[in-house]
Amino acid sequence: MLKKTVLNSAHRAQGARMVDFGGWDMPVNYGSQIEEHHAVRNDCGMFDVSHMCPVDLVGADCRPFLSRLVANDVAKLTVSGKALYAAMLNDAGGVIDDLIIYFLSDTRFRLVVNAGTAEKDLAWMQARATEWQMAVTITQRRDGENNLGIIAVQGPNARAKVWQVLPQAKAAIADLKPFFAAEIDQYFIASTGYTGEDGYEIMLPAGEAEALWNALHAAGVAPCGLGARDTLRLEAGMNLYGQDMDETVSPLDAGLSWTVALKDGRDFVGKAALTANGQMAQFLGLILLDKGVLRGHQQVITKQGNGEITSGSFSPTLQQSIALARLPLGVAIGDEVEVDIRGKRLKAKVTKPVFARNGQAVQ
Amino acid sequence: MSNVPSNLKYAASHEWVLKNEDGSVTVGISDHAQEALGDLVFVELPEVGAHYAAEKEIAVVESVKAAADVYAPIAGTVTEVNQAAIDAPESVNADAYAAWLFKMTPDNLADVDALLDAAAYQAVADAA
Repeated sequence: MLKKTVLNSAHRAQGARMVDFGGWDMPVNYGSQIEEHHAVRNDCGMFDVSHMCPVDLVGADCRPFLSRLVANDVAKLTVSGKALYAAMLNDAGGVIDDLIIYFLSDTRFRLVVNAGTAEKDLAWMQARATEWQMAVTITQRRDGENNLGIIAVQGPNARAKVWQVLPQAKAAIADLKPFFAAEIDQYFIASTGYTGEDGYEIMLPAGEAEALWNALHAAGVAPCGLGARDTLRLEAGMNLYGQDMDETVSPLDAGLSWTVALKDGRDFVGKAALTANGQMAQFLGLILLDKGVLRGHQQVITKQGNGEITSGSFSPTLQQSIALARLPLGVAIGDEVEVDIRGKRLKAKVTKPVFARNGQAVQ
Repeated sequence: MSNVPSNLKYAASHEWVLKNEDGSVTVGISDHAQEALGDLVFVELPEVGAHYAAEKEIAVVESVKAAADVYAPIAGTVTEVNQAAIDAPESVNADAYAAWLFKMTPDNLADVDALLDAAAYQAVADAA
């Protein structure tokens, strides 16, 4: 039995093609994934991401708990509402999950973790809190009572559309800098996203989500499925948990070094392993020069040895196939490499791991 | 609801087959298949002159979402491929029955008659 978000019937009413997405019955598109992709790059689209799991932390030890729990340093969070992207590691330095941490006060933080990892994340967090004897209460907000829906509204016109539909929130959110959140009554509105475009992610009581979804739709916001969400995040060079990294992969080998605060004296789970192993591979982009489509798990042949594509697809913005890949140390941006696609070796160019943001190609 | 024209024959692997007057057959993928794949961005077709056994992988269609093999619905030799489908994969989404992929000379024309008719294929598509 697939799990359903509170917007399931709204998706069906709008003609969504539904698929089993890690045990959730989710819209992959509402007709054309490519049109939905362009809507977000050029105008405004919305995604139901209520399968992701908000987790509220409350208690005196929130900050010391998070300081040990994740590889990024919550000491960077000094202004209420500020958000931080971080990886939660195991003792071997592998990534248990990537998450966003919102700082609300020293006794109250909100995290958002991935859908498919929520149960193991909650178990891990609870076990660490007990082991470290930290005064922190961990409450998931996805299922059951007091659950939240999440709607991501993304694109150059996303802010204006949200102000139009939620005029009571405009004053609090109009000037939010990127990666901040504001709380307006029961609404939690953050200037975060997974597309490389401006916009908001709106968490709200689940019972109110369908009314907001329909109001945004009436205001001209295009419903977009998880298919477009994947090509948008791929173009933006954002990692997908389970594809680009998992429990066997170090964040240093997944392009996440910028989220790992290794240099200060702070200890965190996985730090010893990261320090001992160092960086073992590079996380870079590929653009296919021949005709075809790059896909996850295809082998990349370079002068320095073989690497592997972790995520690949067709880029609607570049009109070429692009990929994120884990490649041997020594491979340089601009190098020409080969990719094995069904036994044929096709040429690809190594690039920075970002292809399009803010409506523009960046390659 | 996908479109299943009654003048065509179908393979359970979602190819359609049209018998031509000259004894050749034209092959494409069904409307149900293009809809399931989503926006197509790449089409790879066989070489003219190559022979394929029935149910053998003969072509590849890729959408933004996934790659899918196309299978030879019957045994035969490829006589022509549709360059327009290679140049504009989205034409298969627009009309899967106009945007054919390749033509074959069947080893045995009677093999076509053994394929699924529209009603039988509709049942396959509905169950998928």
